[in-house]
Amino acid sequence: MKLLIKNGHIVDVKTGRDGISDLLAVDGKIAEIAKGLDEEGCEVIDAKGKHVLPGLVDAHCHLRDPGFEYKEDIESGTRSAAMGGFTSVACMPNTNPVADSEAVIKYIINKAKQEGCVNVYPIGAISKGQKGEELAEIGELKFAGAVAISDDGKPVRSPSLMKKALQYASMFDITVISHCEDLDLAEEGVMNEGYMSTILGLKGIPAAAEETMVARELILSEYTDVPIHIAHVSTALSVELIRNAKKRGVKVTCETCPHYFSLTENACEGYNTNAKVNPPLRTADDVKAIIAGLADDTIDIIATDHAPHHRDEKLVEFSLAANGLVGFETALPLALMHLVKPGIISISKLVEKMSLNPAKLLSISKGTLEVGSAADITIADLNDEYTVDVSKFQSKSKNSPFDGMKLCGSVWGTIVNGRVIVSDGIML
Amino acid sequence: MNLKSKDMLGLKDVSAEEIEYILDTAKAMKYVVLSNNKKTPHLQGKSIITLFYENSTRTRLSFELASKYMSASAANISASASSVSKGETLIDTGRTIDRMGTDVIIIRHPQSGAPHLLARNVKASVINAGDGMNEHPTQALLDMFTMREKKGTLKGLKVAILGDIYHSRVARSNIWGLTKMGAEVSLAGPATLMPPDIELTGAKVFNTIHEALIDADVVMALRLQLERQKKALFPTVREYSRFFGLDDNRLQLANKDALIMHPGPINRGVELTSTVAGDENSVIEEQVTNGVAIRMALLYLLTRRNSNEAAN
Repeated sequence: MKLLIKNGHIVDVKTGRDGISDLLAVDGKIAEIAKGLDEEGCEVIDAKGKHVLPGLVDAHCHLRDPGFEYKEDIESGTRSAAMGGFTSVACMPNTNPVADSEAVIKYIINKAKQEGCVNVYPIGAISKGQKGEELAEIGELKFAGAVAISDDGKPVRSPSLMKKALQYASMFDITVISHCEDLDLAEEGVMNEGYMSTILGLKGIPAAAEETMVARELILSEYTDVPIHIAHVSTALSVELIRNAKKRGVKVTCETCPHYFSLTENACEGYNTNAKVNPPLRTADDVKAIIAGLADDTIDIIATDHAPHHRDEKLVEFSLAANGLVGFETALPLALMHLVKPGIISISKLVEKMSLNPAKLLSISKGTLEVGSAADITIADLNDEYTVDVSKFQSKSKNSPFDGMKLCGSVWGTIVNGRVIVSDGIML
Repeated sequence: MNLKSKDMLGLKDVSAEEIEYILDTAKAMKYVVLSNNKKTPHLQGKSIITLFYENSTRTRLSFELASKYMSASAANISASASSVSKGETLIDTGRTIDRMGTDVIIIRHPQSGAPHLLARNVKASVINAGDGMNEHPTQALLDMFTMREKKGTLKGLKVAILGDIYHSRVARSNIWGLTKMGAEVSLAGPATLMPPDIELTGAKVFNTIHEALIDADVVMALRLQLERQKKALFPTVREYSRFFGLDDNRLQLANKDALIMHPGPINRGVELTSTVAGDENSVIEEQVTNGVAIRMALLYLLTRRNSNEAAN
């Protein structure tokens, strides 16, 4: 089976390619990149005026399967990912049962093989049941196919357990991802602490709840000399702490999400539960600092933290609403609009942060259009202007604060292992 | 003049003109409350429901009497006695009430923003009778009514609000309302009970009760929720009352005819002493009477607005 993508602007960081060319994929692998390739016997995509990128890799999402299939399952979640240009996604372990055992990891991998339309890489739990008490069987998780471990959503409260998790995980060379939130400081907070929480009469989560935990993880990583990855960085001081640690040589990487560089806490006005997320949307100064952190590579990765919730879990009082927003189908457009268009980062830098770096973090052979690698490809139209309509989302859930917003830049096509999944913005 | 919104969710979104109009209307209503014949036809044929998810004595009774004095059909639902305890959502409960031909739903709820959620999902007018830490607009309206009645105007009035500002919906509504009407608001309370960035509302924040009290025309003490001590927000009630309690000595710092107010119920000896509560300038009991007048005014204005809208 041959697929030829013609006349697209190919951007690949690993091979340093950045220019118009044709790309030929044969039997699911990238076979050749050159100008004027022969069309004969090929399925042809004309990518003139569009950018051809290595398939996007999401290092942080929630597919809700097993256990919460009413929010999302592997089938709908991977369709949503494909619509957003993601060809590989790593899903967090806060399922039911928690992905803290070989059995659940294998269930996810097998179900993804049968029903998924993009590559799915499960992340295992750090602690049994994500309870923060005893380590999960990290070695078995790794051999079952987990690409990282994290207690995402439930921060590891005990510094001692986190230290042991880092030491133990290093034996198996598996990435540790930390959701940084000091629950004692966050108390019963439901949005960012500040003027907006005061005038809405909602309890605030101080930026310090994230920052003190980021500081702890940096110190533990330095102390154990084991790498750590900080999930969804949202505050200015977190960025500064990580920048500083990197200068010192600490083996830290980190990610942020599109909503942390495109929205502020003001999105919560009117008790908009679709803007309720953890960590919470912060202030304009934080947004500025996140963008600066992306520009100077303090922040390595843009992940979605795609977190689907049923409408009934959002159509309630703000304090009672579930945390999280669906992110797959708006991530690339938001990054293009807020980072690439204004010239903050180049398109190749974006490819690094949304494809190559997450692939490296998870030690998966993705993130490149190198000849011989899997034909996972995202075709983006940088100039397409459109209005977000959640009713058209492939995700089962529609909890997006971006509904009705005008965006510039869209996903034109998604190809996984040489198979066209999305073409002209339509799911095939 | 017609009120802009079908609902009264908070003073944050109400204009100074609207506040003035409600206060003026309440002036007439107060005559009814104080008269021998407490029955007017203003709400004849109207149905008013109080939906309370939190305990309340005075606010609920005040709304109920306001409805009855104006000939409305009034009924009440309390959270423990309804299907709420069976896990029904607020929207479902609201729509059920709405479909019974209700004109006004008065809601008190422990979650901030609950009345807003309800208002978006029902045809009836929604009045916020206190939501979480957000607002308690009818309390602030009755406070402002009392101040205006005693002092003639709100403009330039110096109002000190003392105590647990953080958890206080009464404080927030008063800050919105009073600053809109041109009064100066000073706040004092333990630093652990002061909401972040509250000064951005225009209120002044002081570390000591003394600074807030100097030259005050009105002194409002807030109720201290004693269970906050368990959350380590202050060490003991004793220490609280030593540093933030209102007594005769501290009262000297305020203007000599300063009004003493409290939204009730009072913890005597905690936020204020019994002698202060019983001071000749204390208007704490009059606040209660004015509360009925304010609620009558609001019920009348909202139902009239909706009839006018329907006629148009």
